[in-house]
Amino acid sequence: MSSISHILPSWVLTHGPALLVVLPLLMAVLVALLPSKNTGAEKIAWMAVLSTAIICAFIAFGILGQVVSHGPVKYAMGGWEPPIGIGYYIDALSAPILLLITLIAVLCTLYALPSVVAEIEPKKRSPFYAAFLVSFAGLLGMVATGDAFNVFVFLEVSSLSTYVLVAMGASRDRRALTSAYKYLMMGSIGATFFVIGIGFLYMQTGTLNMMDIARILQDVGPDSRVVKLAFVFIVVGLGLKLAMFPLHTWLPGAYAYAPSFVTAFLAATATKAALYLLLRFGFTVFDPSWTFISKFFMYLLAGAGILGMLIASLQAIFQNDIRRVLAFSSVAQVGYMLLGIGMTTTLGLTAGYLHMLNHAMMKGALFLAVGAFWYRFGITQVSDMRGLGKTMPLTMAGFTIAGLSLIGVPGTAGFVSKLALVRAAAENGWWWAVGVIVVTSILAIIYIGRLIEQAYFQPAPKQGAATVAKNEAPMIMLIPLWILALSALVFGIDAEWTTGLAEAAAHVLEGGPILNTPPLSGGH
Amino acid sequence: MIDFFAHYNYIVVVILMMTGLYVVFASSNMIKKLVGLSLFQTSVFLLYITLGKVTGGKPPIVDPSEFKNDHGGGHEVAQATHEAATAAHDTAQVIYSNPLPHVLILTAIVVGVATLAIGLALVVRTRETYGTIEEDEIDGLDYCTNLEGHTGS
Repeated sequence: MSSISHILPSWVLTHGPALLVVLPLLMAVLVALLPSKNTGAEKIAWMAVLSTAIICAFIAFGILGQVVSHGPVKYAMGGWEPPIGIGYYIDALSAPILLLITLIAVLCTLYALPSVVAEIEPKKRSPFYAAFLVSFAGLLGMVATGDAFNVFVFLEVSSLSTYVLVAMGASRDRRALTSAYKYLMMGSIGATFFVIGIGFLYMQTGTLNMMDIARILQDVGPDSRVVKLAFVFIVVGLGLKLAMFPLHTWLPGAYAYAPSFVTAFLAATATKAALYLLLRFGFTVFDPSWTFISKFFMYLLAGAGILGMLIASLQAIFQNDIRRVLAFSSVAQVGYMLLGIGMTTTLGLTAGYLHMLNHAMMKGALFLAVGAFWYRFGITQVSDMRGLGKTMPLTMAGFTIAGLSLIGVPGTAGFVSKLALVRAAAENGWWWAVGVIVVTSILAIIYIGRLIEQAYFQPAPKQGAATVAKNEAPMIMLIPLWILALSALVFGIDAEWTTGLAEAAAHVLEGGPILNTPPLSGGH
Repeated sequence: MIDFFAHYNYIVVVILMMTGLYVVFASSNMIKKLVGLSLFQTSVFLLYITLGKVTGGKPPIVDPSEFKNDHGGGHEVAQATHEAATAAHDTAQVIYSNPLPHVLILTAIVVGVATLAIGLALVVRTRETYGTIEEDEIDGLDYCTNLEGHTGS
C-alpha cells in the first residue's frame, strides 16, 4: 500500500482530502457543459467520470496508506485552521470508506458505458454523468470532512443529485418518478432532522468542528437536555438516510426503479456513508459511555437492527421484482451492521464495520448482475429468470457467488463477517441474537435460493420452437461484476486485510471522543 | 407567562415545524406535500437565526469610522487617534449578534430551494406521465403494474 503513496506526487497527498471533493465537483461542471446534441459527448463524459474516479481511488489509497502508517490525516480547507475554518479529518474509521466509495465508483463507471446507453435518453446522458459526479463528490465529502455543518451540506449535495439519478430510471419504468419523489420527501426530512440536531449542538457548544464539539461536550456532560435533543435529532436524521428499519420505506422503490448502474452504486455506497456518520457522531463526537447513549445503542439500535433483519428478510421472500428482493435484503443487511454496532464491544464494532465493507462488495455485484439480466433480456421479475444459468452463464455465476456470500456460505466474505457477528453476540451473552442471525440466514437462503433455483433448475423459455440462445453480457459489464464477486470470495478466504481495517476502525471507535485538538485560540 | 415570551421564537419554530411535518404526512397531493416540506425546512431557518441572537446584541458590522484614521497628519492624527481610542473603547462595550448562524442558514436556504426545484420537476414529470398528482390515484394506476409486474407506460 505504501508503494502507491510513493507513485503519487507529494502535493497530491498533501492536498488529497480537498482534491477528493473538489476534483469530482469541477469535473461535474465540465461534464454538464458538454454539448448534449453531439453523440461523441457521452463518450467524453464517460471518460471524464472514469478518469476522475480512478484518480480519486488512487488518492484514497494514498490517504489510507498515510492513515495506516502515520495516523489521522488533517487538512485545513483554504489554509484556515479549524475550528475557525473547515477542517477535514480522515482516520482509520473514514479512510476505508473513502477507498470503498472510490473503488465502487470506478467499477460502476466501467459498467455504465453500455448500461447508460441502454437506459438513458441520448440528450440526457452527459447531464446524467454530471449528476453522478456530484453525488460521488457529496459522498466523499460527507466521509472526509471534520466539520458538522459541512457534513449536512455534502449530505444534501449527494442526496439531491441522487434523487435526480433515481428519477432518470423513468424511461425504463414510470414508477421511478414516484419512488424518487418519495425518496426526496424522506431524504429531505432526514437531512432537516440532522441539521436541527447540528443546530442544537451548536447552541450548546458554539462550534461546528467535530473535535471541538467533542471536547466541549466533555465539559458539558450528559445531563444537558439540549445535548440529548441534539443526539436524538441527529440519530433519527441519519437513520432515515441509512435505512434503519422503520425508516427504510424509501429504499425498496428507489433501488428497484433507478437505472441499474445507479442502483449498484447506491446500494454499495450511500447507506454506508450514512452509517459511517452514525458511527462518527455516536462514538467520536458524543461520548458512548454516557448512559442515554449506551442505552440507545443497546436497546434502540440493536433492536431496530434485529427487527429489520427479521421483517425485511421476510418481505424479501415475497417480492416478485428481483431488485426489490435485493433491496429488502439490503435493509436486512443494514440490520446486521446495526446489531454489531449496537453491541458497542470491540468484537461487535469490528463485525459491524466488516459487514459494511463486505456487504458493499456483494450487493454491488448482485445489482450489477441484475442490471446485466435486464440489459440482455429485459428481465426484472423473478419468474423471468428461468434458464439464465444456460443463457448467461458467466453473469449468473457471478450473481451466484455474490448471492452465496450474502447468505453467508463458508469461504465467502459474508461468512467471515456473519461469523464475527455471531462471536461478538456470543461474547456479549446475547444468545437470542445468535438465534436471529441463524434464522435470518435461513431466510436469506430462501430469497436468494429462489432466484438461483429459477436460473439453474428451470428450462430457458422457448421462442417458437427454439430455446432462447446464449447471450452473455458484454465484457465491460462482466469485468466489474466479476471483480466484485471474486473479491467477495478472496476476502472470504483471506480476510486478514479487511479484518485489519475493521479492527483499526473499531479501535478508533473504542477510543471514544476525539479530543486531540489544540484548545480554541480564537473564538466564534 | 414570562417564560412564554422568553421562548416565543422557539414556540413559533415548533408550531411551524409540526405544521410542516403534518402536511407532509397528511396530504396526498404532491404539491401540498412540497409546501409542507418547505414549511418544515423554513422552521429550521428560524431556529438557527434565533440561535444567533444575543440579548442586546447589535448587527455584527464593525463601525467603518474606526478604520479611517490611517491617513491624514499633524493635528488631525492626534484627533483621530483619540477618536480611535474612544471607538476601540466603545467596541469593547458593544455586544454583537453572532453572524455565523445566518451564514449557515444561507447555505440551508439554497439547499431548500434546490430540494423544492427538484421536487417540482418530479411533480411535473409525474403529471405528464400519470395525468394526476394525487398519490392515491397514482398508487391505483400502478396497482396492476405492481401485481403483474409489467413495466409501465
